[in-house]
Amino acid sequence: MTNHWIDIKNSDCIMIMGSNAAENHPISFRYVTEAQQKGAKLISVDPRFTRTSARADLYAPMRSGTDIAILGGMIKYIIDNNLYNKEYIAAYTNAAFIVGTDYYFDDGLFAGFDRTSKKYDKKKWAFEMDANGVPKMDRTLEHPRCVFQILKKHFDRYNIALVSRISGTPQTDLKEIYQTYGATGARGKAGTIMYAMGWTQHTVGTQNIRTMAIIQLLLGNMGVAGGGVNALRGESNVQGSTDHCLLWHIWPGYLKTPRASNFSLAAYNQKWTPKSNDPLSANWWQNYPKYSISLLKSFFGDSAVAKNDYGYDWLPKVDDGKHYSWLDLFDEMYKGTFKGFFAWGQNPACSGAHAGKTRQALKKLDWMVNVNIFDNETGSFWRGPGEDPTKIKTEVFFLPAAVSIEKEGSITNSGRWSQWRYEGPRPLGSSLPDGQIIMELGNKIKAQYKDGGTFPEPIRNLKWDYAAKGTYDPHAVAKEINGYFLKDVTVKGKAFKKGTLVPSFAYLQADGSTSSGNWLYCNSYTEKGNMAARRSVKDAPNNIGLYPEFAWCWPVNRRIIYNRASVDLQGQPWDKSDWVIKWDGAKWSGGDVPDGGWPPIGSFDNPNPKARHAFIMRKHGHGQIFGPGRADGPLPEHYEPMECPVEKNFMSSTYTNPTAAVYGTEADVYKTCDPRFPFVGTTYRVVEHWQTGVMTRHQPWLLEMQPQVFVEMSEELAALKGIKNGERVVATSARGRLECTAIVTKRFKPLKVAGQLGAEVHQVGFPWCFGWQKPDSGKEESANLLTPSTGDPNTRIPETKAFMVNIQKV
Amino acid sequence: MSKSFFVDTTLCTACRGCQVACKQWHDLPAEKTENRGTYQNPADLSFDTYKLVRMNEAVIGGQLKWLFFPDQCRHCLEAPCLETAGDPAAIYYDEPSGAVIYTAATKNLDAAEIIESCPYNIPRKALDGTLAKCDMCYDRVAAGMQPACVKTCPTGAMNFGERADMLDLAQNRLTVLKRTHRGAMLLDPDDIRVVFMVAYDPGLYHEHAVASHSGHGISRQVALRRMLRPLKNLVSPFA
Repeated sequence: MTNHWIDIKNSDCIMIMGSNAAENHPISFRYVTEAQQKGAKLISVDPRFTRTSARADLYAPMRSGTDIAILGGMIKYIIDNNLYNKEYIAAYTNAAFIVGTDYYFDDGLFAGFDRTSKKYDKKKWAFEMDANGVPKMDRTLEHPRCVFQILKKHFDRYNIALVSRISGTPQTDLKEIYQTYGATGARGKAGTIMYAMGWTQHTVGTQNIRTMAIIQLLLGNMGVAGGGVNALRGESNVQGSTDHCLLWHIWPGYLKTPRASNFSLAAYNQKWTPKSNDPLSANWWQNYPKYSISLLKSFFGDSAVAKNDYGYDWLPKVDDGKHYSWLDLFDEMYKGTFKGFFAWGQNPACSGAHAGKTRQALKKLDWMVNVNIFDNETGSFWRGPGEDPTKIKTEVFFLPAAVSIEKEGSITNSGRWSQWRYEGPRPLGSSLPDGQIIMELGNKIKAQYKDGGTFPEPIRNLKWDYAAKGTYDPHAVAKEINGYFLKDVTVKGKAFKKGTLVPSFAYLQADGSTSSGNWLYCNSYTEKGNMAARRSVKDAPNNIGLYPEFAWCWPVNRRIIYNRASVDLQGQPWDKSDWVIKWDGAKWSGGDVPDGGWPPIGSFDNPNPKARHAFIMRKHGHGQIFGPGRADGPLPEHYEPMECPVEKNFMSSTYTNPTAAVYGTEADVYKTCDPRFPFVGTTYRVVEHWQTGVMTRHQPWLLEMQPQVFVEMSEELAALKGIKNGERVVATSARGRLECTAIVTKRFKPLKVAGQLGAEVHQVGFPWCFGWQKPDSGKEESANLLTPSTGDPNTRIPETKAFMVNIQKV
Repeated sequence: MSKSFFVDTTLCTACRGCQVACKQWHDLPAEKTENRGTYQNPADLSFDTYKLVRMNEAVIGGQLKWLFFPDQCRHCLEAPCLETAGDPAAIYYDEPSGAVIYTAATKNLDAAEIIESCPYNIPRKALDGTLAKCDMCYDRVAAGMQPACVKTCPTGAMNFGERADMLDLAQNRLTVLKRTHRGAMLLDPDDIRVVFMVAYDPGLYHEHAVASHSGHGISRQVALRRMLRPLKNLVSPFA
């Protein structure tokens, strides 16, 4: 979230699309409700009428996978009706940037597409630069090649009639939503979006969010209270694990995983440190080497010195152009590329797309270590339905882990708040906290390499001192993450002693004199104490629910990021009542930690030379309406899901995302517009279960409320197939089958769309929280047996929210 | 000062935290259920389920509504079940809170008669005839805490406090709701301690959302029992 949970209460219009917050983030509704009671409108757009829709002022149905069409229509509506904040977009976004003459968009393809490699040459999307190497701009937004004009032209095709034909959403609903949400473009008004996996899990997932980000920029909703782009994370510490490099392509703090071509530390830093020639651009990532070298110092301690590139060569590199994400890893596992696997706090046999392929892949392993609080369908895959244990070679080890309340440490919520918590009950039996397991594992590996081995340096030199009396010490790790001064130094005129904690990332150095396990968290555990453990419920003077001394949030406790865009060029808030920061003539005071302390610009004719542009993390300092870094285009475009019920894309002749991730084993089958699989399927969660249900299916009270996997369908579809409410049915896709209980409901309705297979498009939905181990009947299986192994080209997230199925009586 | 609930169904998201919190506080076992083509589960209140979020789909004015009704004992100010039982050892008022409390001695009552007396169809019996229902978490309340269902509610749908405060809150919320929902109403607010607010016809939420049959007038049967009570009370010590 660019904002945070409590801030939702400051919104004037809340759109919940691509998520079902009432069911999956129940506590968020405390703040949604508070906003509604102050007059905010709640919009719910979802293929199915959910418990969120039940509380909405406006609900509209849609065909799953058509979000860009719907949101693109909103962009057109906002521009056509002058609902955007022109001063905001001219000053703070790249709307004014001039795009180079190489750029074009034609019939669903952007400039630079290579049909063989299915990749774009992104150089064709570059901005035009002036003699000083600064992007050329026209802040009147009139230049025919300025981003605003290109945007306007690009989305001109997205008229309400066409959007309705593609999405199945009635035109009257679209218009009402566009009007209601577009009204937040007025100064002092704020609209927010609450989204989750309903947007990300598509072959156009990244561009779904890009489309909304463009809307938020156009309406001036970024940086303001009650605004922002708010990802509701799917697990309580997903934000924290992403911050600390859960994903393959990033190091802690969103530094890049080195590529093979980054052959030295200098080459690595050179490659990933952006350069701006604009004196008004803070270009915060120019500090990249300070963060990367401090991280290496944290990894390797005294062994990391300038002469050995701080141990850079000891770290693994990824091959250029290759992906190592979930789908890719299981694809390689399926092909037998690697032999061992740690399934740590996860349940891939149920959680990942195309669970059938995953279960086959697990058989190719020599060994697997399953670390979890309970045995699960992954650890026991060899005795799952249809398996013959005598024919499976994989040796499985189970390490019982302590549950969250049995261990001390931090947890970072969607709003980027790192909150410290304490051990309650002692871990049961032989279960251990994850930290303890990892520490002991590291100790054993180090012992193995004591007397040599292949390439022992990374293991031997790894600093591994997080124990107090043999026990994992979460405080030692938290301090390491924050970082230390490693010698007596003077930075910015202040003297610091060796061994003291660094007060904030502004003091990190690229000369080996500081360490930091994650620069974004530098400021979280300082000489003043553990900031995440703070519990003051005193609000800041601006009284908008920032609670700055409750826990700690990154970066540097800034509760609303991009907040320099919440004010006009004189530093005065767009919203006079729910303001975030305010310039008093000499400094920012009374509100949130500003996005840098520089003074406001004043005017672009005569800018204050000490000022900086608002979006400090962007190279050129501006919010990106035009995003030339994405794999599938600098602007979003509607493409059909890899499996869909329509024979063509009515927006262009480019049917599906041309850069989507697809896989080529015999297990990877996709059937689009195939009469054998005529219905749109989607997956989702229910409030009663958690993820794949490993934590909840063992809980009788929760199983009592949701005892069985189900498929929801409209009364019309049930009549068509002769299915009665509550009876068992079988769902099939090109990849698998699932027996489930039919819930026949008014909450799904058939949709009229253009070019559909039959008379109407029917959609059905499945919760993915079940698996054969629990309940004891063994008949409630994972809905991911149906979902496809295709995904977004940027993130490689699977397209589990739109695929094709059939439904039959048992 | 006695207590009351105010249940604002317009804020309920049917997260069912209340339903689980109730089971947890009272240490009630889960029932063996199956999906019957609805999220609502268990199907009904039972000896082991005191709190149940009822879920109904209704088309009102051409628009689909999913109506949630977190059902429970209303703790009547003059409880017909208590009057019908006429046995303070089995059913009594917890004086400080006003809760209507069932004890193990309900086993000795005529269960069918007690159930029949309830205008909201709340009490449920075990195989041995013992009756059970919501007890307002009167033990928690005595310790200065909120009932478990209220404590867990994330949205403010479940509220609990001094009766006068709850009635004020209910009136204020009703005034606001009436601006957009002309048919909004409080259900039997003068007679019970669990005051529901609904936006539409209460019958769409639950058959027993409002008091059934003659409402809160006492039946001839109860009147007769009251007349006989002194005699019964005289006799009972020797029984």
